[in-house]
Amino acid sequence: MLDLLLVHPVSANDWISFDIPSLIQNFWSATFDGLTFGAIYGLIAVGYTLVYGVLNLINFAHSEVFIVGAYAVVLVLSALGFGPSVPTLPLSSIILDLVLALIIAMLASAATAFVLERVAYRPLRKRNAPRLVFLITAIGASFAIQYTIFLVRGANAEPAVTMFQAQPVFDVFGTIINSQQIIIVIAAVILMILTDQFIRRTRVGRGIRAVAQDPDTATLMGVNKERIIIITFIVGGILAGAAALFYVMLVPSGVQYNGGFVLGVKAFAAAVLGGIGNVRGALLGGLLLGIIGNYGQILLGDSQWTDVVAFVILVLVLLVKPTGILGTSLGRSRA
Amino acid sequence: MSMSEGPKVLPGAETEKETIDVEARPKRSSGLFQPLVDKWNALPRPIQWLWLIIVVVIAYLLPILDIPILTTQPGNDWALACFSMASYALIAVGLNVVVGYAGLLDLGYVAFFAVGSYTAALLTSPDSPFAHIPYLWTIPVAMAVTMFFGVVLGVPTLRLRGDYLAIVTLGFGEIVRILATIIPALKGQVGFQNVGRPPGTAADGTPLFANSNGTPWYWLTLTIIIIVLLLVGNLERSRVGRAWIAIREDEDAAEIMGVPTFRYKVWAFAIGASVGGLSGALFAGQVGFVNNQKFDVQTSILFLAAVVLGGAGNKVGALLGGVIVAYIPLRFTAIANYKYLIFGIALVLIMIFRSKGLLPARQRLLAYGRTAYQRVISKPGTVTPPTPPEAEKGAAS
Amino acid sequence: MSSEATATPGAATDHVDELDVAPEVAAAAAPDREIAVEVGDNIVEVKNLTVKFGGLVALDDVSFTIKRGEILGLIGPNGAGKTTCFNAMTGVYKPTSGDVLLEGKSIKGRKQHSITRLGLARTFQNIRLFGEMTALENVVVGLDARHRTSVVGALLRLPRHIREEKTAIDRGMALLEFVGIASHAGVLARHLPYGFQRRLEIARALATDPKVLCLDEPAAGFNPAEKEELMALIRTIRADGYTVLLIEHDMKLVMGVTDRIVVLEFGRKLADDTPTVIRNDPRVIAAYLGEPEDDVA
Repeated sequence: MLDLLLVHPVSANDWISFDIPSLIQNFWSATFDGLTFGAIYGLIAVGYTLVYGVLNLINFAHSEVFIVGAYAVVLVLSALGFGPSVPTLPLSSIILDLVLALIIAMLASAATAFVLERVAYRPLRKRNAPRLVFLITAIGASFAIQYTIFLVRGANAEPAVTMFQAQPVFDVFGTIINSQQIIIVIAAVILMILTDQFIRRTRVGRGIRAVAQDPDTATLMGVNKERIIIITFIVGGILAGAAALFYVMLVPSGVQYNGGFVLGVKAFAAAVLGGIGNVRGALLGGLLLGIIGNYGQILLGDSQWTDVVAFVILVLVLLVKPTGILGTSLGRSRA
Repeated sequence: MSMSEGPKVLPGAETEKETIDVEARPKRSSGLFQPLVDKWNALPRPIQWLWLIIVVVIAYLLPILDIPILTTQPGNDWALACFSMASYALIAVGLNVVVGYAGLLDLGYVAFFAVGSYTAALLTSPDSPFAHIPYLWTIPVAMAVTMFFGVVLGVPTLRLRGDYLAIVTLGFGEIVRILATIIPALKGQVGFQNVGRPPGTAADGTPLFANSNGTPWYWLTLTIIIIVLLLVGNLERSRVGRAWIAIREDEDAAEIMGVPTFRYKVWAFAIGASVGGLSGALFAGQVGFVNNQKFDVQTSILFLAAVVLGGAGNKVGALLGGVIVAYIPLRFTAIANYKYLIFGIALVLIMIFRSKGLLPARQRLLAYGRTAYQRVISKPGTVTPPTPPEAEKGAAS
Repeated sequence: MSSEATATPGAATDHVDELDVAPEVAAAAAPDREIAVEVGDNIVEVKNLTVKFGGLVALDDVSFTIKRGEILGLIGPNGAGKTTCFNAMTGVYKPTSGDVLLEGKSIKGRKQHSITRLGLARTFQNIRLFGEMTALENVVVGLDARHRTSVVGALLRLPRHIREEKTAIDRGMALLEFVGIASHAGVLARHLPYGFQRRLEIARALATDPKVLCLDEPAAGFNPAEKEELMALIRTIRADGYTVLLIEHDMKLVMGVTDRIVVLEFGRKLADDTPTVIRNDPRVIAAYLGEPEDDVA
């Protein structure tokens, strides 16, 4: 129909163009980069998935829980002398500094999540507010945190902090995999396994599953629902803090007051793709989304296409299989 | 076994009964404007019309009156400020159909606004390769195009639980902005110059609807608002409005009572979208220039804040909310930079303490309800009709 | 304690007694419906209905019929599958196998709202009214199931819309009067007293103009006097030509009002007979063993 309206000829390439040779040429590097980004999506996605499982709420402010952690990383590392150029410190002290930054980021994110739960969501739960009210509160809280950061740190991105020089480690199909990618993916997988085991094996994890399945019965069975909810928020916060460190490692100058937002939507898409409420699904969804998004970016020729591709995947998953790949069941995951 | 010989009720049912009976006790609303709303409802119909006409006349005179305390001068041109307020009011009325009536959270409303703007730009700007049509024709076209987008987005998501719509629309809002940036044909930041305007020339030969002259644009928008309000009011007092509120209140029960819930949700979403497109086309015409800079997520949240602030589910409240959200940053330019922070915090506070917003009036869902209720009042021993809803319950409970 | 059972009818004087309802009211509430089935013939056939949740068989090969014009009781101990059966009939659950026929037409695979339009209406065990709507508006939502105004018709106030809105007011008020709460037409549903909410649920279901009215524990939470009134109301509904399916815990009510009873136990049909036979059926007594008749839950 659009063609009929045209007066001057418009090439279809003005709208969208596919660069298939580039995709074939960069296939493996796109895959490995995608996996690295996907691991970060996965870590953030766990926060969405856990809260969704327990409270049936899309915690829109989780992207701000993450960005607070990212600010913590940048501020701590800047204070420790890190800057745009590669640090000249010995390896051991770099590692020590990064661990310190990681811990502080986790604390900052977890504290944000804690305050958010107590100040915004708990009063609503107490008076049994309808779902719409929860969602509006969530988006309002997200906004309030974002612009508090804006107020304190301004509109510009924080100066870059480079943690270390990524070293080539080995070569797969002619593509070099560097130390950064390996560290991020392995650390993310380990954190996810720990979270998964925490939920499957520990007493608190059992509580989380019980509340996810049936909050009222869980309460009757002696589970302290309020405590479980707050722990869920904190676990999500801790993982978001870890994601923040890896994010800064990968994108040293990417910390901006509104930088969490798009990442948040992508992480949520990852959670839905894997099956919302499902911790393993969050990791799987994150990795897949990272890879597919990267292919899309190379195929279509602009880095912003990753966001569009992620969104299209979200809508397609909802259309075809809303329960995601691994199914939606925090409550039913077995010990 | 119990000593009681007599029949007993189930404990569950008994407690339910108690809570309902407690709930049923009349409570007075603590609404800010509640006395006003009560007084208004008590007025006979002709007096209500008279007052409405007075309000409408004042509304039309607003850009000319330029009242000293209210005015946004010298910081911002008052007539353009009036247009801005009217735009936000129109948007809020449209978004209210989605959020307030049907209880669907649309966090990407700006995307429909953007689609409307681009439709107008593509069909009128000399920078566009498309065939050009007169500006006023772009308004219905923009509405149809956004409605189409609304349906495309709504059909996959509205079958699912409500919160998926929130995240999908949030994503959509951002995607439209990104697409405007990365699709070459949409010209990114360069944008489209000289978007069309309605016909007419002033006495001095300049176009009547000049970009710098807010007054005619304001009048056009205000007229459209009045038409939209009347049409939305028609829908509200019909099976459509009842279906929407029923869906908001209890979707499963609505379905079982014979309401095709999915279809009505898509309608709500599509109608809301088309009003967004309509305001986008107006905006594009007034500014005369469309690029990718205005359509960010923050604006979507401001729109939502307008609806929630005024009172979700109440079209007059939404209108008021839109006016307030547009007016405050224009009038108090010192705090304009903090508007997102202010309205973000306002959203949370309103939800926690006053989820019905400033004007918690209930919607009327029957075209001839007045006659029916008056019939009831005329009989002895009846309960006074609509007791005002208390404020602490959710906007969409 | 037995004084409770002999509560004076005076306790309920604030309710409008449904027996006082003028005949024209009942006629307005129950207009002529085209029902293909003759009185006494099967209007609903439940055929080998099976519902499984994962490994759990909630309903196992249950078959029974509802005859036009009767009041059929569906009883059974807790967890026997009554509500599951109800939900499968009204389209809330998809049956694993088997079928439900209404006037010979299968309801399988139909959406819930279209089942309601076919003529199967229900109330809810835990009241589910539209709280922010008035009593009258709640009933009109039910009436809308039979309305044919389109969105465009409502937008432009076309003649059909105006006609339907006008008749809706009259029929809605008649229905409220029929269940005895017309005086509260303008009150928000969530502000209504409990007993009135239950009645409003019945009025809203009747508004959809059902061929079969399914009541899910309509007497839950009622005192004996209110139960008496409810029994009378159900009888009036039947007298107006409706067929009624009644799920109820209260044996006294079931025995007092039904023509026939289907007993479920562990998801299977245990018995299907008149109240007198059911009362003396040793299997039914065994199913309810050790519990006094009125205490059955």
